[in-house]
Amino acid sequence: MGESRVIFGSRRRRRVVIVLLLIAAALLLAACSGGDPTNLARVVDRAKPQSTLDPKGPNAAKIDDLYLMVIIVAAAVFVLVQGALLVAIFKFRQRKGQERPVRQMHGNMRLELVWTIIPVVILAIIAVPTLSTLFDHGDDRDPSENALQIEVTGHQWWWEFSYPEYGFTTAGELHIPVDRPVYLTMTSADVIHSFWVPPLNGKRDVVPGRISNLLLQADDPGVYTGQCAEFCGLAHADMRIRLFAETPADFESWALAQAQPAVIPTTGPAAAGWETFSTICIACHAVEGTNAQIRIAPDLTHLASRTSFAGATIDNTPENLKAWLHDPSALKPMRPDLNKPSQGRIMGMPNFHLTDQQIDDLIALLETFQ
Amino acid sequence: MTTPTHHNPHKGVWSWLTTTDHKRIGLLYGVSALVFFLIGGSEALLIRLQLAAPDGTILSADAYNQMFTMHATTMVFLVIMPAAAAFTNYFLPILIGARDVAFPRLNALSYWIYIFGGLFLTISFFVGGAPDGGWFGYAPLSTQVTEIVRMDYWALGVQILGLASLLSAINFITTIFTMRAPGMTMMRMPVFAWMALVVAFLLLFSLPMIAVGLFEVFLDRNLGTLFFNAAAGGTPLLWQHLFWLFGHPEVYILILPAMGIVSEVLPVFSRKPLFGRSFVIFSGIAIGFMGFGVWAHHMFVAGLGPVAEATFALTTMFIAVPTGVKIFNWIGTIWGGSLRMKTPMLFSLGFIAMFVIGGLSGVTHSIVPADTQQTDTYYIVAHIHYVLFGGAVFGLFSGIYYWWPKVTGKLLSEGLGKLHFWVMFVGFNLAFAPMHILGLEGMPRRTYRYPKGLGFEFWNFISTVGAMTIAVSILVFLINAWRTRTHGEIAGNDPWDGRTLEWTISSPPPEHNFDVVPVVHSEDDFWHRKYTEDADGNAVAIPGGGAPLVAGPDDPPIHLPSPSFYPLLAAFGMFLVVLGLVYVPVGLILAGIGVVTVVWGFFGWSMEPLTREAH
Repeated sequence: MGESRVIFGSRRRRRVVIVLLLIAAALLLAACSGGDPTNLARVVDRAKPQSTLDPKGPNAAKIDDLYLMVIIVAAAVFVLVQGALLVAIFKFRQRKGQERPVRQMHGNMRLELVWTIIPVVILAIIAVPTLSTLFDHGDDRDPSENALQIEVTGHQWWWEFSYPEYGFTTAGELHIPVDRPVYLTMTSADVIHSFWVPPLNGKRDVVPGRISNLLLQADDPGVYTGQCAEFCGLAHADMRIRLFAETPADFESWALAQAQPAVIPTTGPAAAGWETFSTICIACHAVEGTNAQIRIAPDLTHLASRTSFAGATIDNTPENLKAWLHDPSALKPMRPDLNKPSQGRIMGMPNFHLTDQQIDDLIALLETFQ
Repeated sequence: MTTPTHHNPHKGVWSWLTTTDHKRIGLLYGVSALVFFLIGGSEALLIRLQLAAPDGTILSADAYNQMFTMHATTMVFLVIMPAAAAFTNYFLPILIGARDVAFPRLNALSYWIYIFGGLFLTISFFVGGAPDGGWFGYAPLSTQVTEIVRMDYWALGVQILGLASLLSAINFITTIFTMRAPGMTMMRMPVFAWMALVVAFLLLFSLPMIAVGLFEVFLDRNLGTLFFNAAAGGTPLLWQHLFWLFGHPEVYILILPAMGIVSEVLPVFSRKPLFGRSFVIFSGIAIGFMGFGVWAHHMFVAGLGPVAEATFALTTMFIAVPTGVKIFNWIGTIWGGSLRMKTPMLFSLGFIAMFVIGGLSGVTHSIVPADTQQTDTYYIVAHIHYVLFGGAVFGLFSGIYYWWPKVTGKLLSEGLGKLHFWVMFVGFNLAFAPMHILGLEGMPRRTYRYPKGLGFEFWNFISTVGAMTIAVSILVFLINAWRTRTHGEIAGNDPWDGRTLEWTISSPPPEHNFDVVPVVHSEDDFWHRKYTEDADGNAVAIPGGGAPLVAGPDDPPIHLPSPSFYPLLAAFGMFLVVLGLVYVPVGLILAGIGVVTVVWGFFGWSMEPLTREAH
């Protein structure tokens, strides 16, 4: 091939190509070596826990069925059109030195009608189940009586969940009973977010100044992941959700435990931790049963019972908590320097430059928030 | 009467800065778009490297958000739109038998505003960070942090880029309506010119809507207005309506020029007229109209209610019909032809194949319940790239290979061209097909990292390999383009056995385009000067047909627009205005100087005598 010699011809050029390839390889290797703040395998037993193609509840299943139907139609159209294109290319390509006479066709009215009407008919057929599922899905706005009510608030960059029936608030992780509709009533504290746990339902935007709703239902116990789906700024990628679907009995005992207030420890490092907490952390974090009642940041009443923190992004281990208290922004990108509580703008936890002793005491305290 | 010269007598940088020649302006647009294509492509490569593996650390979250915002903003406003403008500028007048556009200095102004707008957006990288709120700039995120001026750069940059497009839209519409050669009726106009007309109207009607929205973002950010502040009674969703009322027609603004190019290339390389020509034209017009009625399909999870969602689901489904009509007519065009598989043809055929995939995934978005799973995921990223890369960019490359010999007088290497096509075709599909799967498996877009354990690793890695492959193909193209300077085969007037008027004149064309204004007798006029049909309807060459027209002694002298420095001056003034507005109140001084400069530019412009004549 004379043409390829043009690129790889001279030694100098070859050297340039090799250097470029090496740079690309080095960049790829660099891309492969990341930190490991989360290990989802600890809590999730499925390979693709966030997939829409493996629905785990009736709402997501309905969507999946509809998508499957459309994709079958689309695949048929794909095969026909690409097939016609390929046949035309192979049948009518000019062979070497062979100039066939070409009939100068300008068009064909009948064909035009055919390929206008057939797509219209196909689309009309697709439209019927689409609209019926769409209006049926309108039950997002119409909860059944036995639905579990959960209030959802989107914050930059974490989700807040309140269970009004039980009177407690938690963050990042929500628990629901299986086989019971769960009705989410959602709003945002700052910018637009979108609540999305794909195995259970499609997403729904969470807009400041508006209420939006979503119906979830899980068929089987399990852990499902989700995350904010509307770009909401710096740490949008780290605004995640872990959803624990549990048997009604497990859910009930979890909820009752969550509804218990915390007890302020009076002895040991935990008591010293409370000293620090009530001078610093109390400005933003609430702990039920204490005078910490400001809800700018996640409720910590039962932090120790959660598997993760920081927007369900970091595994809840003492080491990670320690690293977090040393320098929160090192584990998750945030802009606490831009916090303006008066305007409702909270963009992360500041670094309070706590001493090692303070941090150890705080961790001792947080471990008591079971 | 002197001999027509094929070289512009005015050389040097100054002649480019003051040019009002539509061809030179077209070249400026084309080269600028290519430079921004390399910048936007580098941003894409960084994005793909970051996502090649879980918890990527090449980019910080902050840098990543700037990258994806600027990648989209660059590719949409600084690459595809100006690349289409390059072709329209260079070829629209020639295709309709005109010697320039209706308003040559306005044309220059459009270009200079565009290049200053691009410069303005790009310098933001060096003064505290580029825009990071997404190319869609959803409020109230885009109005949230007013202390950081990044989104001011975005709002004002897109604003003046919109102004540049609006001015050229007015220019092209006027050109088409008033400057066609004798006999060039609307229905004889090449399809590319028709698509340029539809695009110009789409720009004319859609840009004012985003202009209003962008002003509101700017005012919310800088003067404390409350258009999008929910806490004070503003409505965040208002922005989404304004943006997508522009944003969806914008998709057709990006794709229709490529469809026009494909409609020119396929007949030439099939040696057959465009099948169902009037249907291709009218379906383009239909897409233009319907394009204004589908915007809310970008908002299917915003909570519009089932009635609005159903309405927009139906309009979105049925916009597929005119699109399908185009595709079927293209296949009808090559059917029964004698296909010469040259590089422009490969890119046009690639366009059809890839656009079909983008069109079909587009129909799946109209299935509202399914879209609640798809939207804001990589499934959408896959879709838009099949439409805008597999579609628009493949179409534009088809146009580059097709018209390169006309513009430069030399042919690009076919071997390297084919290598470019195949490497790009493979790389493109490796990069973007896996994104359908990633989206369906739950990967949201605009996320700077993803954890292990969600199953996103494999396809992300493949996609990154694909992006690298695309980069290699672009390298092949650049080598090819560079190589033509010394190795390019001389093209002659009509290297492809073309059908339209640009192939009747020399390559590169003379400054005045036509020695004699052609009189047009039919569509594909040049083809019919070269070929007639026998009793069976087969094409038969006319001996000596298609000879160039030679000017006679009685032909009137040709009037050409004078060069002018004032469009550049006025555009520079606008650059100062927007730069000043970023830094209100201090910057108001600079903005004031800018206003004076704009006024100076327009005053000088209106006082400037029009004197120049060529031969």
